[in-house]
Amino acid sequence: MKDLIANLNKIFESRVRLGIMSVLTVNEKYDFNSLKETLDLTDGNLASHLKALEKEGMIAVEKQFIDRKPNTSYWATEKGRTAFSDHISALENLIRDS
Amino acid sequence: MKNEPNTHEDIKAIRKLMEESTRFLSLSGLSGVIAGVTALAGALLAWLFIDQTWSLAGIAAMVLVISLSFAYFLSLKKARRDKKHFWTPVSRKMLLNLFIPLATGGVLTIIFLIQGNLQLVMPVFLIFYGLALVNASKFTLGEIFFLGLLEIVIGLFVTIFPNLWLIGWTVGFGVLHIIYGLVMYRKYGK
Repeated sequence: MKDLIANLNKIFESRVRLGIMSVLTVNEKYDFNSLKETLDLTDGNLASHLKALEKEGMIAVEKQFIDRKPNTSYWATEKGRTAFSDHISALENLIRDS
Repeated sequence: MKNEPNTHEDIKAIRKLMEESTRFLSLSGLSGVIAGVTALAGALLAWLFIDQTWSLAGIAAMVLVISLSFAYFLSLKKARRDKKHFWTPVSRKMLLNLFIPLATGGVLTIIFLIQGNLQLVMPVFLIFYGLALVNASKFTLGEIFFLGLLEIVIGLFVTIFPNLWLIGWTVGFGVLHIIYGLVMYRKYGK
């Protein structure tokens, strides 16, 4: 039991963060508004989870202006990709062995 | 193991998000059928005006515009019905990948028409349309890939037998789209 959940990462425990990482690991980059629409979240909710993931170094952020409007895009870091894929494997193991 | 049902749901949600954020799945099957029927009607008209090059070009352009409009509106409707977003990073990527070969083929076709290389018009447009579909298939329903391959094969066939261009039009734009549309309609709904 202990081995099984050893790779489960605390940071990915929320459904929203799983969602963010799912989108970011299969896409090169994703902007804030598209992420919000895809995951069907409010600005504040999404922003707080993004900040948490960024703080842990799982994702990286780039802010720029397109047509004078702020545009923030996000991508998964190498660390984030590895951690997320370990987390998924751990989840799958958990299902298989139960 | 009280987490178990949640874990199942989590994994399901993850898979769905990964798929939906990389593929545009709201492509309407019905619009394929409509495109096919429009192309068949166009082929019939073309047969009546077979000696007038520019009328033929006009008919072909009309078929293209009608088909694309239906594809757009029906896909938009399908996305709304499935409560999905239509204008997303992946749908933009799909359109970009579709229109680069398609526009190239369109421009080439016009150049050939102006230069009077009439027998190259149909094969080149079929081939570039096929390449456009193959290119776009990475970002939408995988079946488009095979439709694209078939269009390329028909295009090459018509290159070898230029006299059969109207058959290439009928099969490539008419029959194939109807079959494809019906298959998609049954598999994924309207």
